[in-house]
Amino acid sequence: MNRKIIYELNALYREPMQVTGYEFGEGEKSVCVVGSLRGNEIQQMFTCNKLIQRLKKLEQQNRIVEGKSILVLPCVNTYSMNIGKRFWPTDNTDINRMFPGYNEGETTQRIAAGIFEVIKDYGIGIQFASNYMSGRFLPHIRMMQTGFEDIETAKKFEFPYVIRRNTRPFDTTTLNYNWQIWETRAFSVYTTDTDEIDAKSAADAVKGIEQMLNKEGILHSSVNGGYHYNSRVLCDDNLLSVRCREAGIYENKVDIGEEVCKGQLLAEITDPYEGMVLEQLVAPADGTVFFQHKAPLIYASTTAIKLV
Amino acid sequence: MSQEIISQISDVCQVKLPIGESLKIKRNRLLPADSASNTNKRICIVTGIHGDELEGQYVCYELIRRIRENPEALTGIVDVYPAMNPMGIDSVTRGIPGFDLDMNRIFPGSKDGAMTEYVAYKIIEELSGADLVVDIHASNIYLTEIPQIRINELNEDTLVPLARHMNVDFVWVHASSTVLESTLAYSLNSRATPTLVVEAGVGMRITKGYCEQLVDGLMNTMKELGIWQGEVKPVREPLVENRTDGVVFFNAPKAGIFVPAAKHWTRLEKGDRVGNIVNPLTGDILAEIVTPEKGILFTIREYPIVDEGSLVGRLLRI
Repeated sequence: MNRKIIYELNALYREPMQVTGYEFGEGEKSVCVVGSLRGNEIQQMFTCNKLIQRLKKLEQQNRIVEGKSILVLPCVNTYSMNIGKRFWPTDNTDINRMFPGYNEGETTQRIAAGIFEVIKDYGIGIQFASNYMSGRFLPHIRMMQTGFEDIETAKKFEFPYVIRRNTRPFDTTTLNYNWQIWETRAFSVYTTDTDEIDAKSAADAVKGIEQMLNKEGILHSSVNGGYHYNSRVLCDDNLLSVRCREAGIYENKVDIGEEVCKGQLLAEITDPYEGMVLEQLVAPADGTVFFQHKAPLIYASTTAIKLV
Repeated sequence: MSQEIISQISDVCQVKLPIGESLKIKRNRLLPADSASNTNKRICIVTGIHGDELEGQYVCYELIRRIRENPEALTGIVDVYPAMNPMGIDSVTRGIPGFDLDMNRIFPGSKDGAMTEYVAYKIIEELSGADLVVDIHASNIYLTEIPQIRINELNEDTLVPLARHMNVDFVWVHASSTVLESTLAYSLNSRATPTLVVEAGVGMRITKGYCEQLVDGLMNTMKELGIWQGEVKPVREPLVENRTDGVVFFNAPKAGIFVPAAKHWTRLEKGDRVGNIVNPLTGDILAEIVTPEKGILFTIREYPIVDEGSLVGRLLRI
């Protein structure tokens, strides 16, 4: 393992922000894994550290195929993470809206450019991503429809689901989109949580990556446990949204991943002062709980649950 | 001619919040009391999409005050929306509080989307079809801008003639960018509702002179559209910049404290100093920022702390 600083930014009063990369194996740039780009992506960084532990072991056992190299960046936005902020400390910009970056531009454009210069030539790019909707997800591989998306490789993670979604204008500045445009096969991996650690889904994600790398001829190891699904490929439109009319205190009545029947109670919204039930969210069809809101309060007109 | 106007305040959009409150986006519709003198031409004045930009607050107040002062001159509809992001304004937050989301990156929104997308959808529904929408911004808390209108090159032919009525100093026709397709202006312009984006002043402040300049421009534009028949002040001829390399950006080469040396909206010669970046701990000058050529400084940094890369100024090449 080779630990190296792949980008450094100086500040006036803080220590320089150093983006640390961990390189395993030697040779062609086969796989790059990026953990947290935002300061609240704790689970994403945690999942990377589990992956680094595993790759250390595999490298010691000579399980990395000769001529292949793997780079892991557990955390890019260390400055924000250290102060509990999601976006860039001074101007609140999002590094994951700055790719491919511009090395003579504004601060987060420069960070994106500095990182992208190092990671753009890898054959496979994996990002542990987070969604702007705050909540819990069933683990899945998510990809944008750019014309370059590679569904067959996505299935090799053996996750329960591969979700394909239409590209929106603001997606064009994300890491995943730009990787694809630069001809890297890019995959966003979603585990269950973002700002809290979910060790089980992190461990499963690491095993999923190991499965994929075995099938791609980058590792030769044996994977115990983890997911072994024949992934279902879905479009975002295939997910059934359950929206609330009311606002108040929110409580889930089912777990993420639970199979539910049409008419089953999924969640309840209660009056914050008097406690009476304002709304019951029920399943509009049989399905599996794919996404659920998790904050204790909820606004009206919010998608609280998504079913597969 | 009517001697009075109707002022109708209503909610354009309403969403329940968890604890005893609703988010409401308000509109004040001003129109002549006598429907016979109403041309039904409509101008919409929009501001407060970014909760830390407050210049538009004074513009809305002053515009309504002037219309009320001379009610018989109103011959069309003036819709004023002073707070598109009311929770942001109330909490000194640029984006939508609770979502950490830039409201000007979610248009055209969606009827069935998240609460924020629903609000965006309702705003587009509300503004579509107006004869003109003016979306007033105030840069951000970091930069001071000379009153200017920014136009996507895709809409140059339609919008530059309208912008000339607005009494701004500068019209910047900029390159098209996919990411800007999520803005209010892009969504409305692509729906054939002409929309001008104004940038003036600085975040979290009211620059009264700039605001009055904009109100003069709005009154003049209303007159051009047939919404206002009263006297208007002569407007200035803006500099119109549409070259791809017409603007020089100054980004901080070092992190530190930016101390400006040049005055805003002045002509600078090649080699003139825009400002220094200094280190208060050591007393050193970390970087001197000088102009590579002559031009007019139309953007200057207001907020002193800079990271490496922070924008400290923009120069219009002449």
